[in-house]
Amino acid sequence: MEFGTGLFVLLGFAALLFLTTQLPASGVKFGGAKAGYRVTAEFDNIGDLKVGSPVSMSGVRVGEVSNIRFDSKDYKAVVTLRIDPQYNQIPDDSFASIETQGLLGGKYIGISPGGQDTYLKDGSRIDQTQSAIVLENLINKFFANYASKGSDAQSTETQSSKVEPRK
Amino acid sequence: MSNGSGNGVLFEGVRRLGAVTIFLGQLLAQCLPSLARPRLLVAQIYNTGARSLIIIMLSGLFVGMVLGLQGYELLQRFGSEEALGSAAALGLLKELGPVVTALLFAGRAGTALTSEIGLMRATDQLTAMEIMAVDPLRYVAAPRFLGGVLAMPLLAAIFSVIGLYGAQLIGVTLMGVDRGVFWSQMQDAVSMRNVTEGLVKSLVFGIACSLIAVHEGYHAEPTAAGVGLATTRTVVASSVIILLLDYVLTAAFLQG
Repeated sequence: MEFGTGLFVLLGFAALLFLTTQLPASGVKFGGAKAGYRVTAEFDNIGDLKVGSPVSMSGVRVGEVSNIRFDSKDYKAVVTLRIDPQYNQIPDDSFASIETQGLLGGKYIGISPGGQDTYLKDGSRIDQTQSAIVLENLINKFFANYASKGSDAQSTETQSSKVEPRK
Repeated sequence: MSNGSGNGVLFEGVRRLGAVTIFLGQLLAQCLPSLARPRLLVAQIYNTGARSLIIIMLSGLFVGMVLGLQGYELLQRFGSEEALGSAAALGLLKELGPVVTALLFAGRAGTALTSEIGLMRATDQLTAMEIMAVDPLRYVAAPRFLGGVLAMPLLAAIFSVIGLYGAQLIGVTLMGVDRGVFWSQMQDAVSMRNVTEGLVKSLVFGIACSLIAVHEGYHAEPTAAGVGLATTRTVVASSVIILLLDYVLTAAFLQG
């Protein structure tokens, strides 16, 4: 009987501890540090990307966002990605962009491979990045164009293709 | 008292409310002195808490799994399956955890308390204690009440955690929601306030359930039929009070 009571009280307090420390965002992660190597990437705007958001290549999950901080010198968000150890042949000129799952879903980082035969390793930096597309800005842009150009629908298309970061 | 007319029922209801309130006062006065015999309290925590563990854990698992399934089914229509984690966590913490635990508690532990004390009353054990100058309120009623009050929040917390595991089992393992997103969205949506809300609710439900169960048993008619009736009343009254209090508490937490 005493063992049963002890077990019950122990379980109860363990559950309470779990609820109070793990559920409200407190930065404590499950399972401690995971294997893999870490690379960083800088973005102008990460939208609502969060620690734990997936990192994927061609739609396959290869890692997750392990840390997000703000660089107050460059005014950029520095995102640390933890890539699973088996994906160790990602070219170091790869391109990282923040994409959206579904129309209103959460954000994730998509990596499109570059052409270099040197690979990303622990501590590398991904130089080419594209920020999150903020839907409201896009809509604003569209309506601004629409209002100024009137019926000329062709110009809306050429305008939006200029948004590409590379010339 | 004529129970036939509407007035009689009303009168009986008010009288019962008064009796329960007075009983609560007497019980609270005996709570501290009853701690002089901690073994009595431990035995009751075992009876009401530890022995309810299996039913609570099983129900929690299945409630969580259903939540995962239904939540996924609904959310994937809007392409936002990732919100499953936060939906399951908030639903379990704020509503399902405390309420379902309390309902199960009323059925599993409340009935046991009522019939046990009722039978003690029917077999004159309580009277015998009084004759021996042993206060049955202190040594029978108060430890059972306290045990129930202490066990309920722990049971509700266990229910919520197991439920979360069940939701994750369906959402992540079966339906393929991303594990990291599931947890990070959950941690984002849940604040300390939500945890407190669940805790306060389960504590209040614990007080209400235990009080009703002990009171019904203590004041049961000392016959076989009387004890049976008291047990039924415990379940009915507890269930209605739990749901009523749940609405009141939810409204209070939304305002504050």
